[in-house]
Amino acid sequence: MEQLFFYIFAFAAVISAILVISVRNPVHSAFFLIVTFMQVAAIFILLRSPFLAAVQVFVYVGAVMVLFLFAVLVLDMGKETMKEHLHGQSIPAGVMAVILFLLMCYMVVKGRIVANPGSYGEAALVNNTEVIGRELYTRFIYPFEIVSLILLVALVGAIALVMQSKGKEQGK
Amino acid sequence: MLTLTHYLILSFTLFSIGVAGVLLRRNIIIVLMSLELIFNSVNISLAAFSYFLRSLNGTVFVIFNITVAAAEVAIGLAILVTVYRARRTVNVDEIDELRG
Repeated sequence: MEQLFFYIFAFAAVISAILVISVRNPVHSAFFLIVTFMQVAAIFILLRSPFLAAVQVFVYVGAVMVLFLFAVLVLDMGKETMKEHLHGQSIPAGVMAVILFLLMCYMVVKGRIVANPGSYGEAALVNNTEVIGRELYTRFIYPFEIVSLILLVALVGAIALVMQSKGKEQGK
Repeated sequence: MLTLTHYLILSFTLFSIGVAGVLLRRNIIIVLMSLELIFNSVNISLAAFSYFLRSLNGTVFVIFNITVAAAEVAIGLAILVTVYRARRTVNVDEIDELRG
């Protein structure tokens, strides 16, 4: 049963990911990307991480995709998308992507795990959010603080970048 | 029975599609979306290792990864808006002033 659902989610994710990079309209791309993110959230639930699935839906579908759609709509790219041309390097680029995929598959099929399994089995993950939160605020407290600093820098940086160009336009 | 290999091959498929999108498309916003696809494939990989190795490190790293991805999108789209205002184009082939 679990396998059946895995294949459903996996095929939906891969097909919509291919559509993301192949359709011409950026708005359609953004919607197919939302479909892919939802499938990835379902995959997280299959991996017994409902907290990650919730974060995925909130952050990616809720925040990131709204930002993307906002940017697509604000920038008004309707004209450029119509004459989408394949550039001269597309065949070598596609071949390299396929070679990369085959190489990674070869390595993962040939490889084997030598690390020892830890103590967080399925029983320990029943209270998923509690377990993750305790780990986040004890063992990973320094990365947690650094990540909050990254968010602050991103916030200030995004505002500063857009403000600067707005000021120049007013100065003209 | 689902094994780690299933999840890793799904992750690598999404990664390769993302790399192909970065290499093939000329629209800068599609390139940014492909980057998000790559981030997501890495997250699947980390979560799968975390589950099959019975460790919590991968799960915590996925949370950090999602945070960094959100910051990256905010900065990337701000740069995109600035570049579009200055150059009036979203084609990455035409934004080549830094090429030597």
